[in-house]
Amino acid sequence: MDTNINLPIYLDYASTTPVDPRVAQKISDHLTLDGNFGNPASRSHKFGWKAEEAVEEARSHVANLVGCDPREIVWTSGATEANNLAIKGIANFYQAKGKHIITSKIEHKAVLDACRQLEREGFEVTYLDPTEGGLITASLIDSAVRDDTVLISIMHINNELGTVNNLHEIGSYAREKGIFFHVDAAQSTGKVEINLSELPVDLMSFSAHKTYGPKGIGALFVSRKPRVRIEAQIHGGGHERGMRSGTLPTHQIVGMGEAFRIAKEEMFADRKKIQAFHEKFYSSVSKIEEIYVNGDLENKVSNILNISFAYVEGESLIMALKDIAVSSGSACTSASLEPSYVLRALGRKDELASSSIRFSFGRFTTDEDIDYTLSLINHAVERLRELSPLWEMYLDGIDLDTVDWQTH
Amino acid sequence: MAYSKKVVDKFENTINEPAKYNVGRFDPKDMDIGTGMVGAPACGDVMKLQIKCERQGNTHIIKDVKFKTYGCGSAIASSSELVEMLLGKTLEEAKEIKNIDIVEALELPPIKIHCSVLAEDSIKQAIEDYEQKQ
Repeated sequence: MDTNINLPIYLDYASTTPVDPRVAQKISDHLTLDGNFGNPASRSHKFGWKAEEAVEEARSHVANLVGCDPREIVWTSGATEANNLAIKGIANFYQAKGKHIITSKIEHKAVLDACRQLEREGFEVTYLDPTEGGLITASLIDSAVRDDTVLISIMHINNELGTVNNLHEIGSYAREKGIFFHVDAAQSTGKVEINLSELPVDLMSFSAHKTYGPKGIGALFVSRKPRVRIEAQIHGGGHERGMRSGTLPTHQIVGMGEAFRIAKEEMFADRKKIQAFHEKFYSSVSKIEEIYVNGDLENKVSNILNISFAYVEGESLIMALKDIAVSSGSACTSASLEPSYVLRALGRKDELASSSIRFSFGRFTTDEDIDYTLSLINHAVERLRELSPLWEMYLDGIDLDTVDWQTH
Repeated sequence: MAYSKKVVDKFENTINEPAKYNVGRFDPKDMDIGTGMVGAPACGDVMKLQIKCERQGNTHIIKDVKFKTYGCGSAIASSSELVEMLLGKTLEEAKEIKNIDIVEALELPPIKIHCSVLAEDSIKQAIEDYEQKQ
């Protein structure tokens, strides 16, 4: 194998990305006494004015990437807070209008847990099953809609599968019904074009650290036309037009701004490179017997590829791929032993769900990384199957569903 | 999940040198073979353990062992550890092996104790299968 390679290899960009060095430089220019460290809310001196200017420039970069007015961007601590602010903010503000919310079973926990909290406060939530390919459609939503439905919250790109929902279709449906539409777009920026001036979306959540920006900063788009109002969840000073109080972290905000500026400029080049990786990766892995891609290949971004390697358990595969940083669909690596709720919602059997691995590529992935990973996967899957009694049974022609397993 | 070095080493050695670490199969129909298979794919682990025994006086000695395991790293390490413990033991001695012996040998984290329980169940079942044939 190629010894001229930096190990371990990072293929977990959907989890978080490294900060782009240009972004890191920008951040460090906004920290120390000789930098732009002021409080953007300080109105009485130049330090404050300069910081405010930097914050507003960053806001324009974010707005520019997603095609909205800078005044529609509210800074938050990340996509989790943006999701909470959008969902609870709408629910609290418009509860006289209705107390029913529609979301899906494959949303990020930030959406699901915010909805669970609202259920405890007396709201009702419908959690839609996605299609087998991991998509949510307007017709699925239509089957759950009620007269008192006040909010639809559906993600743009699924973080485990990379599947892309049709926002135009869902948004048009929501507008027609007069229901607010929130979109978790944490995985979207820099991967696909978003033009909020045309999209029928009322609220959209963003994260910096999935797009080569720093952790701890994100934003919520709150539409001005049509005007959408939300109830603040954090109080204390009335920053961000009263929607989110707290001193603005200038260094993180300029980091997000710079990351999104670069994303706008380099999205096409990044995507072209990553598409080539996806093609190479998929064409090689698909030669392995009994593998299944999770999520609709036709409606998917190329930076995420989720594959089940049947008859091999996910955690052992991750251990065997020890120089490759990936995520397992099985949560065996965390505290719980449950297979991924996203894969289960697709109707995947538990054993296929727990045989899955998510590979995600990014700006700093190299051709050598892909080649090395592919050879390691081939080797590891072969070895673990040699060790697998299930693989042996499969080769012997035994249908595993007919076996009387001794569950424990 | 932070595994002990022992689990990691055992796992890696087993997958890199399967023959040396007794990965394989015997014909389960042979009279000197006892087979145990425990666990379920839906639970994330299945262990298949086979012992090859030989009568010596009043007792039976485990002369060879083969196994295959589908499961997480510690499930694979646990079966491999068990195999090493079994070689050369009499059936009476083998019955004395408890899951805690594997936990201690591999320094398994609490959340992975069930892997050692599964390994203990697999040897019990294999011995039972063998004894029924005699």
